[in-house]
Amino acid sequence: MKPVQDRVAALRPSVAGAVGSSLAPFALALGLAVVMDAVIGPAVGATWSKILLDVGIAIVLAGSLNVVNGYAGQFSIGHAGFMLVGGYAAVWLTFYGSVLWFGTKAPIPGFLGSGQLLFLGSCVLGGLVASLFGLLVGLPSLRLRGDYLAIVTLGFGEIVRVLGQLTARQPKSIAAIKGRSMAELANNLGGAEGFSQVPGYTTLFSVYVFAFVLLVLVYRLKYSSKGRALLAVRENEIAAEAMGVDTTRSKVVAFVFAAFFAGIGGAIYAHQVGALDPKELGFQKSIDLVIIVVIGGMGSITGIVIGASILVILPEVFRQFSDYRMIAYALALIVVMILRPQGIMGVKELWETTWWRRRMSALTALMARRKR
Amino acid sequence: MTVALNVTDVSLAFGGLKAVSSFSLALPSGGLHGLIGPNGAGKTTLFNLLTGVYRPDTGRIELGDQRIDGKKPSQIAAMGMARTFQNIRLFGELSVIDNVRTAAGLRTKSGLFRTLFRTPMHVAEERAITQRSLELLDVLEITHRKDEQAKGLPYGDQRRLEIARALATEPRVLLLDEPVAGMNTQEKRDMRKLIQSLPDQFGISILLIEHDMGLVMDICEDITVIDHGVTIARGAPTAIQNDPAVIEAYLGVPDESVAVADDALPAAT
Repeated sequence: MKPVQDRVAALRPSVAGAVGSSLAPFALALGLAVVMDAVIGPAVGATWSKILLDVGIAIVLAGSLNVVNGYAGQFSIGHAGFMLVGGYAAVWLTFYGSVLWFGTKAPIPGFLGSGQLLFLGSCVLGGLVASLFGLLVGLPSLRLRGDYLAIVTLGFGEIVRVLGQLTARQPKSIAAIKGRSMAELANNLGGAEGFSQVPGYTTLFSVYVFAFVLLVLVYRLKYSSKGRALLAVRENEIAAEAMGVDTTRSKVVAFVFAAFFAGIGGAIYAHQVGALDPKELGFQKSIDLVIIVVIGGMGSITGIVIGASILVILPEVFRQFSDYRMIAYALALIVVMILRPQGIMGVKELWETTWWRRRMSALTALMARRKR
Repeated sequence: MTVALNVTDVSLAFGGLKAVSSFSLALPSGGLHGLIGPNGAGKTTLFNLLTGVYRPDTGRIELGDQRIDGKKPSQIAAMGMARTFQNIRLFGELSVIDNVRTAAGLRTKSGLFRTLFRTPMHVAEERAITQRSLELLDVLEITHRKDEQAKGLPYGDQRRLEIARALATEPRVLLLDEPVAGMNTQEKRDMRKLIQSLPDQFGISILLIEHDMGLVMDICEDITVIDHGVTIARGAPTAIQNDPAVIEAYLGVPDESVAVADDALPAAT
């Protein structure tokens, strides 16, 4: 039987087709983000736009956490830590950069103007810094399993939060910032008060560009050799290793990938809230993200989208019960866990469920009948 | 005769227990070779040593001309050693085809970047592993189950899937740990035919642990017998069957008092 590598040459797709199918989903993601921003946002009004923003940010964060907790089956409860590091790097760049290079604290208007480019750069920087931390935490600790890894990630999240609170005061006036360099300002991250006056660059467009791109990437990861290697680690580490999966390396890659998008998530979060408060991004935030993954279904991409939507929208819907809101929310979680302990989607994607297949076959049958 | 796997003087102790003592083996390229011994003799421990799950205390293991002792299991798999597990270890939640594709993924070169951007090379590799995985399912006669979850398969098919998955790593040496355990006569017959066809079809050497003596004696060219971690016999099946040390290991030492008692009983016919 022919080895895999001897077959590859004959199976290469045409370059034009491959470039097209490689980039088309990204173009679609961009298009959908424009639709979210230009059509859906104005249509649903300010309140729901804000909720949609939160849903998008939750998708970026839970979707990336899902790669570690869902695909690779590692229990990380320090995702907010990566969010915080990424957020710090991003607000440092936009706030001080804006003042030093453009002489203003306010958002600079213009589609893809210097303000938005600065924001884009800060998101990427946030992702890179967070993934560097992912590597730092991942390398020594991913030999640990289960509860032990959970404790290390928990510890990491707390350390980052406390270190954030120990940073120096944030100079807020333009005069106080001028004359200092970016490097000098690296420790002026606001301390326990948090970093405030972050220009509000986050829009539905920027949130959903990242959310949809993330979904494309995690989809591609899941349905590839790299992704299957992660799933194999979750299913049976010993067998995975015996089949040639470098389990430690796979876990580190998953961790770094997840941290990258957590950093981006932190960046868009900070530019949406207008501030970055380490107290807000502690253990509780990490747990919220884990809950989205668990409720949605560990390893399911559609599950994450559904989970993020429910867990962001539900507290808003319960807002009218004010005092009892958190009780109702918690009860809803308990009910889901009793009825579907594997999460809403389990490990499956929407299109892999029998429910969906039945709907689809009924639809095609209907179409066929109509044609006749 | 070229040697596919060369084990020299390998020992491993768990605390005071000598699990394997100066074990040596020269596995020729091609063919089926048996490894037998009573329960607890150290057979599976030996497989774990060969595949890197345990590191030997002393000795060396070479696969072809590469030294593999001290390497990680994944590195050893990449060098061309594959195995099945006595207590089946499939990727339960994954589909049958994905179990095989996961193992075939070992022979792909695309990294994370190529995967995320689906470059032509990555696309071609994914097609190649799917193609080869389907062919493997065909050889193992489990194609009709390709989309089922591995954990839901009947027992016999799970064992077949274990073999398909191991073959997907493109090994030179395949270690089979009790591939017919728990199977009925018909299933065993089918499996025997299958195992016999593998060395020539894939150009591999197979080292087989099996408790079904009929099967081992029938299909193996030569057999190594170990007991308490020590090699007690080695040779052709007929020689092994008549080896006093082997009979002693399996049936115990003839005891005079028991023998007398036996004589006193009426002859069983």
